[in-house]
Amino acid sequence: MAEIKERILSIRDLWVSQGGHVVLESINLELFAGDFLGIIGPNGGGKSTLLKAMLGLIKSDRGEISLFGLPPARARSRVGYVPQKTVFDRSFPVKVQDVVLMGRYSRVGLLHRYGTEDRNCSLRALEAVGMADRAEREIGALSGGEQQRVFVARSLVSDPDLLLLDEPTAGIDSAQQTDFYELLSHLNCDLGKAIVMVSHDLTAISTYVNKIACLNQRLYYHGSKELSNEDIEKAYGCPVEMIAHGTPHRVLREHD
Amino acid sequence: MIELNFLSYEFMRNALLAGLAAAVLCGIIGIYVILNRIVFISDGIAHAAFGGIGLGYFLGYDPLAFGIGSAVLTAIGIGLTSSRAKVSEDTAIGVFMATGMALGIMLLTLSRGYARDLFGYLFGNILAVSMNDVLLILSLTAIILALVFLLYKELLLLSFDPVYAQAIGLPVSSLRLLLLAMVAFSVVVLIKVVGIIMVIALLTIPGAISRRYLKGLPSIMAGSIILGALFVIIGLLISYDLDVPSGAAIILTAAVAFFLSTLISR
Repeated sequence: MAEIKERILSIRDLWVSQGGHVVLESINLELFAGDFLGIIGPNGGGKSTLLKAMLGLIKSDRGEISLFGLPPARARSRVGYVPQKTVFDRSFPVKVQDVVLMGRYSRVGLLHRYGTEDRNCSLRALEAVGMADRAEREIGALSGGEQQRVFVARSLVSDPDLLLLDEPTAGIDSAQQTDFYELLSHLNCDLGKAIVMVSHDLTAISTYVNKIACLNQRLYYHGSKELSNEDIEKAYGCPVEMIAHGTPHRVLREHD
Repeated sequence: MIELNFLSYEFMRNALLAGLAAAVLCGIIGIYVILNRIVFISDGIAHAAFGGIGLGYFLGYDPLAFGIGSAVLTAIGIGLTSSRAKVSEDTAIGVFMATGMALGIMLLTLSRGYARDLFGYLFGNILAVSMNDVLLILSLTAIILALVFLLYKELLLLSFDPVYAQAIGLPVSSLRLLLLAMVAFSVVVLIKVVGIIMVIALLTIPGAISRRYLKGLPSIMAGSIILGALFVIIGLLISYDLDVPSGAAIILTAAVAFFLSTLISR
C-alpha cells in the first residue's frame, strides 16, 4: 500500500566550505514528489548556500547532490528558482510578461529567440499566480507582493517539478504574505509542484509546509513536520521560544 | 543655406558619419551602461584608453587601434580584478584610470608634435576624423549592432537580475565581460567625437532623457539614437558657425537638452 513517489532530490553527505570556513557539514536530505519542505535556521546558518548548491552554483568539498537523478547543473530546466528579494531598478523599462519570459531561458538556451510557445507559457504562468491582467504593465509599477508573484510566475514558466524559494516573503506586508503562502499551497497541492522554501518566519512556515528542517551548518531533519526542542536548541545555539502556539499545526511535538 | 554647404567639405562629411555612428552606439550601449550601473567603469575605460593611444603614437602606429586594444584590456582587467582579487571594483577603476592617463601623457610627450593631438584626444576633434577612422568606426558599430541583436534576450536578463540569471544557467561573468568590451569599443569611437573627458556625458545623456519619456527597451534605444544624432548635428553646426571646439559644442547641446527635459518633467 506504500505508494512509491518519485525521488526529486537526494543529497548525500554534502560538505561545503567558503573562504576556509565550513558552511555546510554533512548534509543529508531526500525529497519526493509532492513535498513542501520548509528550511528554517539562524542567519548565516547556510540556508542560501544550500539552495545555491541545489542549483549547482557552488562547488562542494565532498558529497553529492542529485536532482531527478541528474547533477544539478543539468537539471535546471526542471527546477524553478525564486531568489531572495530581487533587487532591481524600480524604473527598469521592462514589461511583466517579458520578466516572466526570462524564466524560459533554461529551455530556450543561448542565442535562440523566444517563440509563440514561450509567450503562451508566460501567460499561463501569470494566470497561475493571478497576475494575468498585469502582463502588459511595467514591473516597477506593481506592489512588492505583486512583484513577488511575478517572480514566482517566472520560476513556473519553464514548467518545473521543483521550486526553490529563498526567503520569498521578505519585504512584503503581512496581508500579502498570507496570500502568497496560499498561492504556494495551491501550487503544491493542486499543481503537484514540490517546493523547498527557506524562511525564518517559523509561524507561517509551520502552517503551510508538510516537512520541516532546521539548518545551522548541520541539517536537523527527520523527514517529517516535527523537530525536537533539542534539535532547535542545537541549531540556534539557545532555547528558542518563537514557535507560535495555537496555530493549526505545530512545528514541535509536545515533549512529555 | 550656410548650414548645408558645410557638407561640401570632405572633413565635414566624415565628421557627420562618425558622429551618427557614435549616436547609434550611445543609443544602444549607453542604455546598457545606465541599466547595469557601470557609468564609472565606462569612464575609467575611456581614460585608460589614453594609455594605448599614447603607445600607438609613440610606436608610430594607428593610435585609435591601440586605444581600442587598451580599452578592451582595461575592461577585462577591471572585470577580472573585481571578481577575483580582493580589490573593490571602484578602487580597481581608479587605479586603471589614472595609470592609463599617466602613461598616455608620458608617451605622447616623448613623441613629437604632441601638443595639438593631446588636446584633440582629451577634448575631441571630430573635424580631424579621417576616412580610415570612419571605416573603423562604422565597422565597430556594425559589430556591436550584430552582438546586441544576437544577445538581446541575454543582455536583458543580465541587466535586470544577474543573480537570477546565474541561477538559471546564464554565463553571467562572460556576458558581463563581453558587455564591458562593447563599452570599450564604443568609448573609443566616442573619444574621436567628443574626447576622453566628455565621453561619459554623450554615453549617458541621450539614454537618460529617452527613458524618461518612452517605455520598453527597443523604443528607448530608438529615441536615444535620435537624440544622440540631433546633439551631434546641432553641435557640429554650432561648432562650424561659431568656430568653437566641436566636442564642447556637442556636449553642451546635450546638457541643455538634459536640463530642459528635467525642468519639463517636473
